[in-house]
Order: sequence, then structure tokens, then C-alpha cells
Amino acid sequence: MKVRILSVVGSMFLLTVCSKGNQSNAAPPAAEPGAPPAPAAAPAATSSAAGGTVTGKIKFTGTAPRNPTIDMSDEAACKAKYPTAPTEENVVAGPANALANVFVYVKSGVPASYTAPAPGANPVIDQNGCRYHPHVFGIRVGQTLQIKNSDGILHNIKATGKANRPFNVSEPTTMTMPAPRPFSAPEVMVKLECNVHGWMNAYVGVRPDPFYAVSGPDGSFSISGLPPGTYTIEAWHEKFGTQTATVTIAGTESKTQNFTFAAH
Amino acid sequence: MIPHAPKIVLALSVAFAFPRTAHGARRTIVQDTSAGKVVYQKWCAGCHGDNGAGDGQAAKRMIPPPRDFTGAVYQIRTTASGELPTDADLLRSIDEGLGGTAMPGWKNRLSDRERRDVLAYIKTFSTFFADTTQHRTPLKFSSAPGGGTGADALKVGRQFYDSIGCRKCHGDQGRGDGPSAPTLKDDAGHPMFAADLHQNWRFNGGGTVEDIYHRLRTGLDGTPMPSFSDLLEQKFLSDEQLWRVAQYVRSLSPDKTPEVRDVIHASLAEGLPHSPDDSTWAKMDGYWFPLVGQVIHKDRWFAPAVTGVWVTAVHTKDSIALRVTWDDRSHSPDSAWLTHIGRVFAALDSDDSTHEQPGLWPDQLAVQFPVAIPTGMERPYFLMGSPGGPVYQWRWTSTAPAAAVAGLARGVDRFDPIAGAPLAAQSVYDHGQWRVVFTRALASADTASQLPFRSGRAIPVAFFAWDGSNGEHGTRMAVSTWYFLALDEPVPARVFISPVLAMVLTLGLGMLVVWRAQQKTSYRRQQ
Repeated sequence: MKVRILSVVGSMFLLTVCSKGNQSNAAPPAAEPGAPPAPAAAPAATSSAAGGTVTGKIKFTGTAPRNPTIDMSDEAACKAKYPTAPTEENVVAGPANALANVFVYVKSGVPASYTAPAPGANPVIDQNGCRYHPHVFGIRVGQTLQIKNSDGILHNIKATGKANRPFNVSEPTTMTMPAPRPFSAPEVMVKLECNVHGWMNAYVGVRPDPFYAVSGPDGSFSISGLPPGTYTIEAWHEKFGTQTATVTIAGTESKTQNFTFAAH
Repeated sequence: MIPHAPKIVLALSVAFAFPRTAHGARRTIVQDTSAGKVVYQKWCAGCHGDNGAGDGQAAKRMIPPPRDFTGAVYQIRTTASGELPTDADLLRSIDEGLGGTAMPGWKNRLSDRERRDVLAYIKTFSTFFADTTQHRTPLKFSSAPGGGTGADALKVGRQFYDSIGCRKCHGDQGRGDGPSAPTLKDDAGHPMFAADLHQNWRFNGGGTVEDIYHRLRTGLDGTPMPSFSDLLEQKFLSDEQLWRVAQYVRSLSPDKTPEVRDVIHASLAEGLPHSPDDSTWAKMDGYWFPLVGQVIHKDRWFAPAVTGVWVTAVHTKDSIALRVTWDDRSHSPDSAWLTHIGRVFAALDSDDSTHEQPGLWPDQLAVQFPVAIPTGMERPYFLMGSPGGPVYQWRWTSTAPAAAVAGLARGVDRFDPIAGAPLAAQSVYDHGQWRVVFTRALASADTASQLPFRSGRAIPVAFFAWDGSNGEHGTRMAVSTWYFLALDEPVPARVFISPVLAMVLTLGLGMLVVWRAQQKTSYRRQQ
């Protein structure tokens, strides 16, 4: 019996190793240093509702700080996924000082009478190449987060929220956690981190409504389905802090609201 | 005079009742938060702060820091990762304290009533406890499968110790020296050590197999230690196999918490083992001496990384060897630990007006003796002597690992090496442990300053250790008090001959008495 369990576990390891090999041969993730991250999880629910839209571009002035190079020499499985040394994703810049990974959300102004549509599919966070994908994303209150490990090596994923209960679970192999993790209270942002790999972190904005977006590689974002009203919109960046703006929406119009951060 | 933070008057001095199910009996116990506040302010606020934020007066004198109750994130629970602890969980931490930390047990200091009241008050610091949607359900734990100390069980435990990644932080041999160890911090950014699994008496939640299994299931929330419960559901390993991990981890520590014995007996041998890994060391008795932070002289040190040393001694008729072994997560100096040192400095109040910058310091050890064996009870000042009363020390540094320096200390900040003093050392750093052997001749040419070792006398001895990668150097060190070293004497021949002689003599005398008595009896009969 014991022998059988061991052999099952052993073959699981073999499978893990094999599938990893195939993966990295067939589809190496495009992950040059400074390259845009995987497309941020756009809230699907927003597109269905009619209403106003706020779009804009996020930029920064000054020189972006260099993202530190990550030394993955202790994790060959991750290191093999990169053609050149990977870096952290603290500041992901696009052409013409466009700033990606900015969480933009309606901080206040949503009328009390507003009933948010039911949230769509639960977001997934993947641990791949010893980095989180996506690096910045939003989640609706009441949604759960699917946690996936594509690396086949030990990661722990720890959420360090204040309004949300923290958690810290271990994922030592290629798997999706059997119990997705709930987020129950609005909080911008909850930091996710891996303690085995000190460089791994991600940020999740927990919102009670669908009015949030994450800026893409070109710095653009779009929040739609807003009922008429005056809103405070906040843009959050992990290194550059926050910026706010007030936008008034009447009917189904589309407003432009750009944000500019200052790189020190 | 220490300024008191303004006390916030809490309106929450309402007594409320709720059921408690400890010991299976469901009975209602009134927990009085206003009475709890009185207890809290008297006994707890000094570390945990008036507002429960873990920022009391003494908070910056300890690593790990006191619990911040406002976040309601607790390490020691029976509930799943992220869930609130049960009342029984909180009471356990209050009653027993947390091993390896500054938190003492209060079971014998506060009454049942006081402990329950303070528990109720602690819960008022966070709104989570009032939120009825929060789960506080203990996990269903199985009981330990038998045979946990057998070789087969330990082999399975070791296999899963590796496969679930324990070694990433706790290290290959479990001394908290894994590759991720230098990067560990808690939610607030305070430095964290992966537990040294060879010291189960310092485990925060207790050192039994059950305690270890429970921590594997629940994780230690707020720290890097995750929960492994999901892996059972995922069938990555079975519940029995997770128990085997707990049993393997338990097997790394001694069966019993080492007792401190005051006198090191140095046995007499034909030859000395010079190498730290000579097989004869394992056959000799090891003595455990706890070390504490040097908190007397500035700069004081409240967070020593070396928690104790194991000492073994042996001598021949003309030389002595002393092996000192201690767990140290880092082979210092090591630039990988610089960030950790920065976190340590930031977490502690410094005696300096300016915070010192992290540096690349070596690991060090000092063994201290008086300059001469004292005739009476009086010994030199234990903390490296004094300007007028020097002590004789052996000092070893990780940057010169195959040497040691003998010299005189005259206080914590003065050490004068003795040129040409005969003292040899060899050392090994092995998976989070230093093993250093000092050897010296018993006799000394310079009897005024270099202690001549003699058998039959208790020789005072003390130990000091520095972990450079914990920011320790100079007065920032771990210290012991005076203990004793006794060199076993060769057993003189008369010890063996006298009892035999006595027996022969007694037998002879006895026989004489019997013979005389028999003579008298037969004489009377003849008459």
C-alpha cells in the first residue's frame, strides 16, 4: 500500500517534470525584461450594462526606475522560461512613457440605489516563471480567486489584506488550488506574495462594483456602464502612489480622463 | 520617566455572554470586557500597547514583536488559514505563552476569570470578532498514526519534508537555513526566522508531534509559514504522510528539552579528537547552555540569534579539547543577509541616536575563564570581566575558521590578545550549524594571565556568541552566565584495591569470631 502511494507520487513528479519540459519547449512565455505583462483581467460584467464610459491613458513623467533583475538561479524550472534574465515588474512602461499595471477604479460617487450586475467568471492568478500573472488585477466582493501553479515547484501564496482576512497556503506542484479564496470586503489593494521567492508579488483591488480597470501596455484603460453621476476616480500604482480625478457622467457619453504620475 | 501614550477611553465596556464549549461542556461564561481592560492595561499593554496595536513601550525590544490585535491575525489556531482563532485557541496562547518569544504563559499568574476577561477584551480591538459571517470552526484533526519514531515512518516524513518544500525555508537539515531564509518577513515587514527544527522547545505553538501537525494544517497566519491542508484535498499527500512529516520534524529535536547542568565533565582519554567531526565526540556527554541578549552595557542587544551552545569536553594528562556546537542560520559574512540585518535594526530601538547601517560582520564565539582558578566563591564579573579584574578568553571568528586567539578581556569593549599564546582551533560549518574545537595544553607558561587547567577543581566557564548576519558585533551579542568545567581525575589504584582489602579483612575477622564462638561452645560441652 505504502509502496503504491509512493509510486503514484513518484509518477506525479515524473509527469510534472515531463509536462514542464513540453511546456517550455512548445510555448515559452513572452517575457523579455520590461515587456508588458499578460493582459490584465478586464471586468467582463461592465460591458453588458449601458451607461457612460470613462477612458484614458496613464503616463508618467521623468525617468522610470530600473526594475531589479531577479536571480532565479536557485529555481532552474523558472529560469529556463526566460531567454534573458527576468526583472521585477514594479514599473512596467510602454512607448511614450505609457504606464501599465495601474489600477483605476471609481472610489466614490456610485449611487446607493445602484445594483451591480452579478459578477462574471472568477479571476485566476497563475504562478508561472516565478512571477504572478496577472501582476495587478481587480476582483469583485464575493468573487473567489482561483490560484494556479504552472511552475511545478513550491510556491506559497500569501494575501496580506486588512479588511479581508489574510491567508497563506502552500502549492508545491503543478495544480490549481482545490479551494478558491474568497474576498469579502472592498480593499485597494491587497498584496499577494510568495515567501519562497521574495521577489514575487501581485496586487488585487477588491471592489463592490464593476467600475474598475487595469491599464494595459499602452497605458490605456476603460471603465464603462456608469450610471449618470459625479465620480471620484482613483488611479493606483505600486511605486508612484495614487492620483484622483472627478468626472461627471450624463447619459451614455464617453469621457476621457488621463492620469500622469511623476517618477522620482 | 517614560511618557505615556494618551489612553483611549473605550466605550466598549459592555459585558456580554456567549457559549464556550471547552472540555465538551457547553456552559455560558460571562466574559467581562471592562474587567478585561483592567487586566490588559496592567499586564499586557506594556508590550501590546494601549490600543492593542502591538506598539507598547517594550515592543521595539523584541523580535518577533508583540501581536498587533487590531488585525486579528493570529499564528496559533486550530482553524483554517485566514480564519479567526477560536476562544480556546486564544486562551491557549494566553495560558501557555508562545515558545521562543517574549510572551510568557499566564496560567499561574492570572486567575481563570482574569484570563477569560482579558481574552474578551483583546477581541474588541478588531471588528472581525463581532462579524458573525466570520468562520471560527476548528479543523477536524485526525490522531497521530503509530510507529512515528520508526525508521520507515521517518523516511516517509523526510521524503515529504522535501517534496512539500519545507527545506526551502527550514533548510536541508532543518536548522532554518534554507535558500529563502534571508528574505523572510512578517506581514508588517518585521524580520522572521524560519524555525530551527532542532529546538522544538522554541516552537511558537508547542513542540509536540500534534502541535507540529496542527501548524502544518493551519499555517502560521501573518508569517511566511503556509497551510498545507489543501494538499490533502488535492491528494498530493495523504493525512498519514503529513503526520509523518510532523513526526520527522519532531525527531530532529532531543526527546526532552535539554536541561541546564552546571558542570561540564571533561572525561579523561588517551588522545584528543582535534577535528569537530571526530566520531569520538558523539560518544561523550554534551552539555546545553542557553544564551540571552547582552542588555547591560550599551549598545544593548535584545534579539540574539544564537539561543544556546552545546559543549563537550575531553582531556588527556596534558591537554584539553573543548567542542562548542551551535545553530546559526548563516555562514557570515554573507551579503544575502544584508537586507535582513536592515530589517532587524529597523525593528529594534537602538541605543545609538542614529541607526547603524547593516554591515558584513563575521560569526564569532568566545569561551571565557578566570585568569586563575578561584580559591573561594568569588568569580570575576561574568560579562567579560572589568578593567581591574580581567578574564581569560578564547576567541574564534568565522573569517579565520581554523584559528583561535587567546587573550584578556577587561570589560565588554576591551580585548587584548596575548601574543604567541598556544591555542589551536578547527571548525566546520554544516547546514546551519557551527562546530568548533579548541585545544590547548593543560599547563601554562604564563600562569598570571593564562589559566592553567587542573583536575579536581571546578573551573568557571562562560560563553558568548555573535551571528554577524543578524547584525551582531561588539557588544551586540548573546551571553551566558558562569558555569563550571571539571576535569575528571585519573582514578588512583587504591580506589580499586581498598574495597577488596576491606572485604577480605571483614571476612577474616568474621570467620575469627565464628571460630572463637565455636571453640567456646565445644569447650562448655566437654565440661
